[in-house]
Amino acid sequence: MEKAFIFRKEKIASFQKWRNKLVHSQKNELPDGLYQKCDKCGQLLESEKFRENALTCYHCGHHTPISAAARIQLWSDPFSFVEHDAKLASRNPLNFPGYTEKVREYQEKTQSLDAVICGEATIDEHRVILCVMDNRFMMGSMGSVVGEKITRSIELATRKELPLIISCTSGGARMQEGILSLMQMAKTSAALARHSEKNLLYIAVLTHPTTGGVTASFAMLGDIILAEPDALIGFAGKRVIEQTIRQTLPEDFQSSTFQLEHGFIDAIVERTAQKKKLATLLALHKKVQL
Amino acid sequence: MTVTEKLEALQHLHDQLNQTRNEPAAISITAELEEQLHQLQNETFVNCSAWDKVQLARHPKRPNAMTYIQAMFTDFIELHGDRQSKDDPSMITGLAFFMGRPVTIVAQAKGRDMQENILRNFGMNGPEGYRKSLRIMKQAEKFNRPIITFIDTPGAYPGITAEEKGQGEAIARNLLEMSTLQVPIIAIVIGEGGSGGALALSVCDRIYMLEHAVYSILSPEGFATILWKDSKRAQEAAELMKMTAQDLKELGFADTVIPEPIEGIQFNPYALISLLSSQLQKDLTILDKLRKERLVALRYQRYRKFGETSEKQRWFLTKENSR
Repeated sequence: MEKAFIFRKEKIASFQKWRNKLVHSQKNELPDGLYQKCDKCGQLLESEKFRENALTCYHCGHHTPISAAARIQLWSDPFSFVEHDAKLASRNPLNFPGYTEKVREYQEKTQSLDAVICGEATIDEHRVILCVMDNRFMMGSMGSVVGEKITRSIELATRKELPLIISCTSGGARMQEGILSLMQMAKTSAALARHSEKNLLYIAVLTHPTTGGVTASFAMLGDIILAEPDALIGFAGKRVIEQTIRQTLPEDFQSSTFQLEHGFIDAIVERTAQKKKLATLLALHKKVQL
Repeated sequence: MTVTEKLEALQHLHDQLNQTRNEPAAISITAELEEQLHQLQNETFVNCSAWDKVQLARHPKRPNAMTYIQAMFTDFIELHGDRQSKDDPSMITGLAFFMGRPVTIVAQAKGRDMQENILRNFGMNGPEGYRKSLRIMKQAEKFNRPIITFIDTPGAYPGITAEEKGQGEAIARNLLEMSTLQVPIIAIVIGEGGSGGALALSVCDRIYMLEHAVYSILSPEGFATILWKDSKRAQEAAELMKMTAQDLKELGFADTVIPEPIEGIQFNPYALISLLSSQLQKDLTILDKLRKERLVALRYQRYRKFGETSEKQRWFLTKENSR
């Protein structure tokens, strides 16, 4: 009797996980069809193979942006991801005209409530708190919801003494929430200070593009900072700099190689190798009981 | 009339009054001029829109951080350099006595004229400036001195070298470290508080804003450019952005709004010094009494509270779609 009960409970749990997953992965970013064209080199790619290669071109190595859900699937062990704070949504705190409608539009388009998905997962059996930003939702801008979800995740990681991984991609702070967006920078950084005080690991993974308020807060505060190839990483936007200094900028300005050369990231890791790299890093930081 | 024109007219009236006041024969003219002056002052400083406030906050004649430092503190000694690569003149750091107690001062400085502005880079700090401020603040923690920061910047400097030296990292590091500094920090916004560049000095226990100071996520011009692709709509943007001291007090960002003198801070910069000093003294006494852990915990709470969100059911998304 007891056995049957447990069996049923497990079945329900796995069903719930599967259902959670479905909501996120319904939308496949790829259009239907057997062949795709690479955005960079223009060569034909077989959809199946392209998908298996985590949306990186197998001719030139170009990384096509992927959604948060796809990245979670890529990194975490199958069925291990459990989402937290899934119901948080923006409230238009400054009563900015047109903002509510705009958010609504993006919510319907991307099938998620804001620009980040947070939760707990295992990567090669290592438990982590995972936050993945999605730049299809209003350029991945950080407003109250993104700040709050990330802060809650950091606090959870601190409480549970777990390592934290944040995959960053953002156009900066969300303008429509004004000063409150700016406060999210201070809030997340302060939460990270507490996480760090407990000697816990935080890995930031910077993907294309990571700019503005996110760069000037949690993206640059990782114990280990990894970046994807060809990602744009910087504080001020290219156009703003060009207007200020009145000359055009070199092609590779603010690219991941540029940041690596100037010493602001630890390594550039290709998308297909990311899971393994993360798992190794987590293993290296595992607390050993002597 | 724009704010600049109004301020010029005010200056003109002041000059005229100075002449006529000494002549007993011109009493009636003096009275008339004074009447005009009051009217114009009311127009400029009392019934002003958000955009007017932006203009006032940016005005080159507005007292800069150095004015306040000299008036409020004694024995100011400036300390230079970030101990890594260079000294950033747009960030003034140093030590001084405030009412007989040693304090650390960190200030963003705009220039009063073109020459000084070029030296001070129009108050736009580079990463060296933020690293210098962090070094001085860490020093303050070591010697247990309260920190007073003056905020007045259009934003962090957007340039090639600034990016190469890690502008984002420098700001982020300030945010992280300031949140755990075990000494009281009080920030005073004296003019324009622009974006991350201003935030890097505003993780603190109390924020004061002068009556006509502004603080925003980016300049109204930038806001209008991004949102409507038209920088001329900045005026409209300023109204929507809730960037004035009064709005920010309502939003819980500013703790105290320091009233400016009716004759205009440009013409009488010393009128609010006593008010500012007494407010500072009052808050320092309160913060002194707190245990260090409590101080840091309260500072964490101060920023933790920002973030209005609502809970929504996710099914509404799928429901919308199925229709």
